[in-house]
Amino acid sequence: MSELDAFRAEVRDWLEANCPAEMREPVRDEGDVCWGGRNWVFKNDAQKAWLDACVAKGYTVPDWPKPYGGAGLTPEQTKVLKQEMKRIHARSPLDSFGIWMLGPALLQFGTEEQKVEYLNPIARGEIRWCQGYSEPGSGSDLVSLQTFGEDKGDHWVVNGSKIWTSYADKADWIFCLVRTDKANKYQGITFMLFDMASKGVTTKPILLISGNSPFCETFFDDVEVPKTQFIGEVNRGWDVAKYLLGHEREMISGGGAGGDMVSIGGAFAKAFGKNEAGELDDPILRAEMAAFDVDVFAYRAMGERFMDMWKTGRAHPASSNMMKYVGTELNKRRHELVMSGGGSEALEWDSEETKGGARARGWLRTKANSIEGGTSEVMLNVIAKRILDLPGA
Amino acid sequence: MPLYHNDDQAMLKDSVAPFVAEQAPVSHLRSLRDSADATGFSRDLWAQFTEMGLPGMLVPEAHGGLGMGHMEAGIVLEEIGRNLTPSPFLSTSVGAVAALAKAGGTQAGRWLPAIASGEAIIALAIDEGAKHRPDRIATTATRAGNGFRLDGKKSFVLHGHVADMSIVAAKTDGGITLFAVPKDAKGVTADPRRLVDSSLASHVTLDGVEVDADAVIGEVDAGGEILDALLAATRTGAAAEMVGVGQGAMDMTVNYLKERKQFGKLIGEFQGLQHRAAHLYGEMEVARATVMKAQQLLDEGSEGARLMVSVAKAKAGRAANLAVREGVQMHGGIGMTDEYDIGLYMKRDRALAEYMGDVHYHIDQVARMNGY
Repeated sequence: MSELDAFRAEVRDWLEANCPAEMREPVRDEGDVCWGGRNWVFKNDAQKAWLDACVAKGYTVPDWPKPYGGAGLTPEQTKVLKQEMKRIHARSPLDSFGIWMLGPALLQFGTEEQKVEYLNPIARGEIRWCQGYSEPGSGSDLVSLQTFGEDKGDHWVVNGSKIWTSYADKADWIFCLVRTDKANKYQGITFMLFDMASKGVTTKPILLISGNSPFCETFFDDVEVPKTQFIGEVNRGWDVAKYLLGHEREMISGGGAGGDMVSIGGAFAKAFGKNEAGELDDPILRAEMAAFDVDVFAYRAMGERFMDMWKTGRAHPASSNMMKYVGTELNKRRHELVMSGGGSEALEWDSEETKGGARARGWLRTKANSIEGGTSEVMLNVIAKRILDLPGA
Repeated sequence: MPLYHNDDQAMLKDSVAPFVAEQAPVSHLRSLRDSADATGFSRDLWAQFTEMGLPGMLVPEAHGGLGMGHMEAGIVLEEIGRNLTPSPFLSTSVGAVAALAKAGGTQAGRWLPAIASGEAIIALAIDEGAKHRPDRIATTATRAGNGFRLDGKKSFVLHGHVADMSIVAAKTDGGITLFAVPKDAKGVTADPRRLVDSSLASHVTLDGVEVDADAVIGEVDAGGEILDALLAATRTGAAAEMVGVGQGAMDMTVNYLKERKQFGKLIGEFQGLQHRAAHLYGEMEVARATVMKAQQLLDEGSEGARLMVSVAKAKAGRAANLAVREGVQMHGGIGMTDEYDIGLYMKRDRALAEYMGDVHYHIDQVARMNGY
């Protein structure tokens, strides 16, 4: 038995002993997703037990080094752990922008002290982070951001506002792009960290077309931020932001940017009925779903190739933009088909049978896929410029 | 196995790519076409392929080949596609070899070494009408004397008029049986037609063709599995060739966007064209990954190969089709001229797209394999 096989066996036993049965059920609603943080209320004992077990083992962030709360697993071991969790349909023990976004930035740009101070509470699910990037006047053109931090010696005084701050109303801390030099566009931004409970921070949820409010407007009114709370260098926060945007696209690419990677037609045939020939009983919809399935299976192969190449430094550095573009457009298409397949039933907005209009709300939510984290149009610009080397792009 | 070429495969590509580009660029296709060549490919070029060991790449070592896999064959096919090289490689070295190697026995012993040595050209006589319907084969094989009597009509048989042997799929009492029908068999007529891409494909008539019992490839009535192997290999190969065609067309087009000026600007500066080119890039990358996945699964003998082969044929078909259409459009008026190569890419793509099942056929297959 290879070392990796031995590790797999060990993981299997550990999961069997530690992952509660309730945590192997599909996620049904928002409360089933554990975000942690100061104000987190566990939905049930199982959710807490599962988080505690993973925290103790370092499995909320398996590939982070042990001193920072991780398990120090190799990429291969991490893959095995994920495979084994997937095999038993284990839920993620902890979802967090700290894990996905801030952690990688700290690991890359943070000082040793910062890593110890910030990463451990993230790994334990004690501090919930949000991301302050976009502003009302700075969406795709993010670098034009205006939120300003005035230098007051040992601290900055921050004024301005952010928009599309995911769960700002529930987060404990924010990592935030703040202009600290008005004369220098790219080299005048600092990547700051501060407590959302600081004086002068207010949030206002934004009601979206899906009827949900996962995003907020966030206002800063003379917020004092100690000048120790930044990552990288002062005025060089754009480097961190760019790294994180790349990481975000990579994460979207490696994860299910294409949504659920299973056959959509296969799922609908059960619900929809078949004709005597055993075909989904709506020939045009069947054809569209089958064409979509081809693209989904193809994208799955692309995802595998992309990750294989990315991890070994073979991928074009801008190829995550292509993955993000193709994957998010695919996911939007999936949800159009889900709505067509669901017919009038999928239109129901709050009925119990539709789990509170899950399909309709999910469909509307996906429209943001190709806007957030860089629009499809920006992705195409980047591909044209950096991969195809087209002029003037 | 990671989904990129390993060092050996990268080396193979490094030797095959310049070889094909130098010996058989698009001008090679033009010279065959313009001289109304009656063979459909250059035997001199095939001799050069043989010197490099290419015809026997997939032939098992025991039969004198290199015992390589579909991933390696795909490398050669992509270059054949990129250069629009007329060649019997796909039917002979990929499709026929897959069937013969799967079947083993007398016919494998007879033909595999001859393929590896470059002596034998093999044609695949599967289709019977304008569309690929391998589940509705009407050609019959009835027992006669010590062997069989074949009757039927085959179409879209590439190299059928020059092949030393044709693999014929026919209906027998209990299923499908594949036969090795030699060139000189009595009652076989091959009527070659020039196709849109200048290749030659035959309508083959089998009129009471008598073959010995040992002409059977594999076992009587058990040809279904062998046919499946033949189809999977040929479809994956055609998909790889289409990736080459699409990539060649895309590269040519992206270069053109960097050269052509209108309104005082390089046309590649216009966002309307940039976004379309970038979209095409994504589609081609996805198609390439998909084809590699199909090759990998075939080489592993995985159960998932069947689905992925259809996905690959469909996806490569869509992507390459987009590449050649955008290619002609973005070239503008010059793209409509015979003098410029982009139109030849469009023609080859059309023929490959149809070969062994078009996009629609394979999308339908994907639906069936997923239970709807």
